[in-house]
Amino acid sequence: MELGNIYNIYKTMEQENILLSFKGVVTSDLLTSVLQIMETKMDYMEESPKTKKKVFNVLVECLQNLYHHIDVNDENAAEQRRIIEQKSALFLIAKEDDYFQIRTGNYVDKDAAIELTEKLEKINGMDKEELKLYYQEVLNNGALSDKGTAGLGMIDIARKSGNKLEYQLLDVNETTSFFCLNIKID
Amino acid sequence: MENLILEGSAKTPTVTFNANEGKLELKGRSIPENSVEFYKPLNDWIDSYGESPKTATSVDIKLEYFNTSSSKCILDLFKKLEGINGKGTDVSINWYFEEDDEDMEEAGEDYQAIISLPFKIIEVEEI
Repeated sequence: MELGNIYNIYKTMEQENILLSFKGVVTSDLLTSVLQIMETKMDYMEESPKTKKKVFNVLVECLQNLYHHIDVNDENAAEQRRIIEQKSALFLIAKEDDYFQIRTGNYVDKDAAIELTEKLEKINGMDKEELKLYYQEVLNNGALSDKGTAGLGMIDIARKSGNKLEYQLLDVNETTSFFCLNIKID
Repeated sequence: MENLILEGSAKTPTVTFNANEGKLELKGRSIPENSVEFYKPLNDWIDSYGESPKTATSVDIKLEYFNTSSSKCILDLFKKLEGINGKGTDVSINWYFEEDDEDMEEAGEDYQAIISLPFKIIEVEEI
């Protein structure tokens, strides 16, 4: 990499008002640290406690979504490296004058992408009251997966942020897409 | 029967389940990646408590944050309490939320809509 690129990355992050960013494999310890850092940063901000709580809550769900994508079971070392690369994710937390943005990026299987799109479209088609009922329905009737996920994350993010979930799925190859998500909290 | 006391951590709440007083409290934050492991001993404790409960059981939920993995486990805990209600004990739930924290107030309403136990939603200045 050209050294000058470091400056380019810096300038891009400056323009985008990035408070915190990370690219790599999202582990439980990393989440603990990132959440702690964000809480400390927000302590010094003038936003209302209500907004800070929303940002924290949405951040927890977004980051735990990324965390739950890590499932490396393959025995073969080269294959494991490839999988880890695939499981590696990006997140950026940005603060504009009057709103926050949480952006994430991660690889998904194309099959999973179809399901994800359906779910996100369904959520984006709902108003506040419909989201509340949908949340209650999934909460009451859904079961936890082995990973402890409840299928409620995206619904919760939509409810708490109060905004539509902006997303895009980019073609990577025949089997994989890259999932970009932007959540605005104001 | 032994009380269940767990100190809170960065991702788990303080648990104070007092069998002699019939008072159960969850306080702090509940945001572990996988909540099942954390909530299992709590549910097991309620099973044992249900065998010889106090005539009144009061449950105080004072959470600052909880994630969606915990939300399912909290519902399961309420369902356990529903199961022992009327069998030697009257269970009531108090759901606390901080001033202006509409999200936590709504979360209380979600449970209130699902659970058939006396369920109070109480606004306080600070949890």
